[in-house]
Amino acid sequence: MKFNRKEYQALYQKASPSSPSLRNVPAAFVTGGVICALGQALKTVFLAAGLEDQAAGTAVSCALIFLGVALTAARLFEKLAKWAGAGTLVPITGFANAIAAPAMEFKTEGFVLGTCVKMFSIAGPVLTFGISASVIYGVLFWLLGGAA
Amino acid sequence: MIYLKAFLAGGLICALSQILIDRTRLTPARILSAYVVLGVALTGLGVWEPVVRFAGCGATVPLMGFGYAMAQGVKSAVAESGLLGAFTGGLTATAGGVAAAVLFSLLAAVFFSAGDRS
Amino acid sequence: MRRKGDTVFFDEPVWVESCAAVGGKKEGEGPLGARFDETGPDNRFGQKTWEKAEKRMIELTCTHALSKADVLPTAVSCALGGDLLNQCISSAFAIRGLGVPYLGLYGACSTMAEGLLLGAALIAGGFANRTLCLASSHFCSAERQYRYPLEYGGQRPPCAQWTATACGAVLLRREKAKVAVTAATPGRIYDPGVTDSANMGAAMAQSAYETLRIYFRDSSTAPADYDLILTGDLASVGHGLVRQLFAADGTPLGENYQDCGMLLYGPEQDVHAGASGCGCSAAVLCGSVLPDLAAGRLKTVLFCGTGALMSPTSANQGESIPGICHLVRLEGGK
Repeated sequence: MKFNRKEYQALYQKASPSSPSLRNVPAAFVTGGVICALGQALKTVFLAAGLEDQAAGTAVSCALIFLGVALTAARLFEKLAKWAGAGTLVPITGFANAIAAPAMEFKTEGFVLGTCVKMFSIAGPVLTFGISASVIYGVLFWLLGGAA
Repeated sequence: MIYLKAFLAGGLICALSQILIDRTRLTPARILSAYVVLGVALTGLGVWEPVVRFAGCGATVPLMGFGYAMAQGVKSAVAESGLLGAFTGGLTATAGGVAAAVLFSLLAAVFFSAGDRS
Repeated sequence: MRRKGDTVFFDEPVWVESCAAVGGKKEGEGPLGARFDETGPDNRFGQKTWEKAEKRMIELTCTHALSKADVLPTAVSCALGGDLLNQCISSAFAIRGLGVPYLGLYGACSTMAEGLLLGAALIAGGFANRTLCLASSHFCSAERQYRYPLEYGGQRPPCAQWTATACGAVLLRREKAKVAVTAATPGRIYDPGVTDSANMGAAMAQSAYETLRIYFRDSSTAPADYDLILTGDLASVGHGLVRQLFAADGTPLGENYQDCGMLLYGPEQDVHAGASGCGCSAAVLCGSVLPDLAAGRLKTVLFCGTGALMSPTSANQGESIPGICHLVRLEGGK
């Protein structure tokens, strides 16, 4: 019997199990929440150490990035992320893992052509879009008289 | 209490993202890129600032916070040095995080290797 | 040798002289683990990179196959094989050390069936006396090439398949032995328009169905005539789809229809839909099916290697996934 593409699509989508969101979503909620609360605790510490608000925010980012890279280096991040999904991906820890994982992985192809070239293979778009969006926003802000 | 608020807001953002991943199969690189742009846009529209005031790190630790920091940096840089600030503000505000990610990752690559997964 | 439709019938059969299968750690822990000639304590096989590990695994498999047949590499007319890596480096680098004539193949996960088909045809056509057919895949080398770095934290959707770390090799010869290759159908490419590269079973199911249908027509046989119809590697999603496609024709497949992707790992091994990778069907064939044929536990088997002929480039360009399926008929106890 011949199925056209549309019929086949209906057939295989029905046959393909969907992601277990009932398990994934609570896991993402808890992990993401814990990472953010940890960030908040770190911020309290940095503020108490005398950092200004903005500097404390940067210090929190650096600390969480260190945590993300350290977990990646210890080969634990992948195991945690398999359970936590977006809970580890969306916080800044996910950004750290996105750079550390290819950096470690491709060192077999050399530090320059492997590690350094590939380390931005996942995070590159994030930086490109972020920088571009911020410049566009800055130009708009300037045009609308924000400098005044 | 700010810790609880950070937990709830951060958890909610991650939970919504998980639904997005499960439903759409968007790749992580796309989701993260979208969040950074979203962070810049929401900050520009004045929406994210109140969220940050309410939830603290619950709004700044997710990648929208990266966009938020860039937009904030651009805003003050433009106010200080005009159009040039549009180009320097975003990266200056996030330089710490980017430099940390690059350096720590380089060190990780020097001292550690990717393991087996089975 | 006789052709009917797309199918070649080897009236003078080509014989399986020996076969060998080597697997990684996870494969060794699976239900077929005990039947492999060797399994690695880890997946490194003592090597520094995953590509070298895969090459070493292929070398070990060839060594086992040759020593079981008690022949030297110089007795091999030609080796035919491939893997999943760009430019099939692990096979080429492994065969480099053997010093035998080599024809590199790329058929994605259909490579083992493609190799058997060609290896048998070369012998039947008088171009070779003994051919070494092999296929391999390695989870880690495939993952870093096709998907993400190994330490990258991502989740796999439930329809995704796990690339097997395994290799299978078969020595074919002209002189009679226990198991014969008696027919083969080279597959046509079918593309049902699946674009989700995490759902390759769905992309390949149609080609498995079409090749089987063509073969049944060419051979005037029916599914019930075989002890085992084995596709590989559609895993649970694709396996179910092939069943549905045959059921829609009014000729439902029975219990004799199985898939390599569902045999390599146990349900507790967390591989989602099942196994994939050229090494999966190769290792299931060489570790379990061919020995069963030789021992008389199976009489007639249709081995249908299925491949998804896509690459990260084609996927990024939004192309759908073309599927292919090559069929080889194997008979024991002749």
